[in-house]
Amino acid sequence: MGASAQRVIAREGDYQLVVEGVSKRFGGVTAVQDVSLEVPRGGIVSIIGPNGAGKTSLLNMISGFYKPDTGRVVLEGRDITQKKPSDIAALGIARTFQNIALFSGLTVLDNLMLGRHVRMKAGVLSSVIYWGLAQKEDIAHREAVEEIIEFLKLQDLRKQTTASLAYGLRKRVELGRALASDPKLLLLDEPMGGMNQDEKEDMARYVLDVNQERGVTVVLIEHDMGVVMDISDKVVVLDRGRGIAAGTPDEVQRNSQVIEAYLGKSKGGGGT
Amino acid sequence: MFHRESGVFKTTYRADMALYPLPIAKWTVAVLALIFVVIVPLTVHEYYLSILNLIFIAIVGALGLNILVGYTGQISIGHAAFMSVGAYTAANLAVRLGLPFWITLPAGGLMAATIGVVVGMPSLRIKGLYLAIATLAGQLIIEWTINHVPAISGGAQASIQVERPSLFGVSFNTQGHLYFFLLFFAVLAIVATLNLVRSRIGRAFVAVRDQDIAAEIIGIDIYRYKLLAFAISSFYAGVCGVLYTYYFGIANYEQFQLIVSIDYLAMIIIGGLGSVLGSILGAVFVTLLPIVIRILMEDVGSLFFTTAEMANVISGLRLGVFGGLIIFFLIVEPEGLNRLWRNIRSYFRVWPFSY
Repeated sequence: MGASAQRVIAREGDYQLVVEGVSKRFGGVTAVQDVSLEVPRGGIVSIIGPNGAGKTSLLNMISGFYKPDTGRVVLEGRDITQKKPSDIAALGIARTFQNIALFSGLTVLDNLMLGRHVRMKAGVLSSVIYWGLAQKEDIAHREAVEEIIEFLKLQDLRKQTTASLAYGLRKRVELGRALASDPKLLLLDEPMGGMNQDEKEDMARYVLDVNQERGVTVVLIEHDMGVVMDISDKVVVLDRGRGIAAGTPDEVQRNSQVIEAYLGKSKGGGGT
Repeated sequence: MFHRESGVFKTTYRADMALYPLPIAKWTVAVLALIFVVIVPLTVHEYYLSILNLIFIAIVGALGLNILVGYTGQISIGHAAFMSVGAYTAANLAVRLGLPFWITLPAGGLMAATIGVVVGMPSLRIKGLYLAIATLAGQLIIEWTINHVPAISGGAQASIQVERPSLFGVSFNTQGHLYFFLLFFAVLAIVATLNLVRSRIGRAFVAVRDQDIAAEIIGIDIYRYKLLAFAISSFYAGVCGVLYTYYFGIANYEQFQLIVSIDYLAMIIIGGLGSVLGSILGAVFVTLLPIVIRILMEDVGSLFFTTAEMANVISGLRLGVFGGLIIFFLIVEPEGLNRLWRNIRSYFRVWPFSY
């Protein structure tokens, strides 16, 4: 009830991404049930909720990994519900994973260059010949990648394989790979998970910079409430697959259903 | 070879991304070219040239298989069959239509690539051992088809005699002539592979191997790239088969049986998966191994065995040593000869200091 009551009704065009009543069932388990989400252009939207609330499943439906059983996903007025993940990436949605999914045998540089895969064109023939077209393209995109390397302060690590990097750095490289594709919309699945306070602050700063300097819309799953409340324009709360609240950080923090989902019902008061 | 990068500063991305990032490497390439183009053909005996020729052909096939197995992480036990597809395509074109090698060679490669894509289709749904069995089926079906369709195999013997290739009226009839012919294609294959694996396509292959889910999410159509890997790899195999045909002067399905697929897998495992240098080292090693064993046995073995026994011992020993080496490499240095070479190089890089 809370979700629909607080949901701002607006035309699709005002939002960069609109998720309309998506549901996903795995056998007898309902991971996501009729969840809607509007992401304003240039905003930072956080999705929070207890473990198993369906946050990652929702992200997977946006990025095309799961096809929703019902509902649809609309990016800039375009229905992308049934598109392949690789096509959705080409349309400008990039994401990172909860359990880092870097290409471990490749260097940081190559991982970021792969991030630009969708922006590059070289085919088999020009790749085999290389000198000429493919080389020119590689160099042009290398410049874009170097800019991201500088932005994320990865200069020293360029030629290191990602398998050899520390956890926090790998998270940062993964962010870099997502950024390399020049996304309009960035989906971050627990970018600060498992980090210490310093690393979290660094990552939060990067997320804000990505949003403000590069103008990328961000959808974020995060457990650290401090960070979520500090940087989000809008917070969406899921519990057991349902959207239970949405609004500004302040509104959500005062919402009784949210408090109940996180802390349980208080013994004295509260409804049945 | 033992380059030191100290004092080398790169000022452009082009220089940083070059195949041979160090200035001295140009000299290494020049010296290698001098050795292989001038010194070897002038000094080496015809018999050893014929061994080098076999190595050149093996390099082409091993590079192709490594693109599929080492770089893209798919497996194929049907590679010898793709070679036979190339071989019989070229042989038929050469004999029936009298086409020259510069048409039959790419034609053989393209036909093998087409068949390779078909055999590779199961890779869209299955991985690892299951894919291995599916490609094994491909090997057996292709072998059977070639053997039983006279239109392809040219009759009861299932073999087609082919004239040696010729260019501008010069026929590559001797081992010395074939040496240049095969060296050219080996070098071409090496350079093409080096370029491919450092390009957008090559990076995408490795992405599919390392993390197929992440590959898809950054916009790589993994199905397309898996099939592309099968196509490119089979193209190399097809060309390799055509080269065998011209080298032996005959296309014969017995040259392309299951055991050859295994030999090529052994090359890239021993040499190093996902490495161009490894493919080359593996091709050299596996081609030389039976020859070295035979020479050793002929010299030493005659002390223990009669000549009649020797033939059995040699073939048995070859398989035994082969199996033993693969196990040895899997346990001791899974990254193969290429890794051993890198270790030696990095030791000498800072020599005489330990770090």
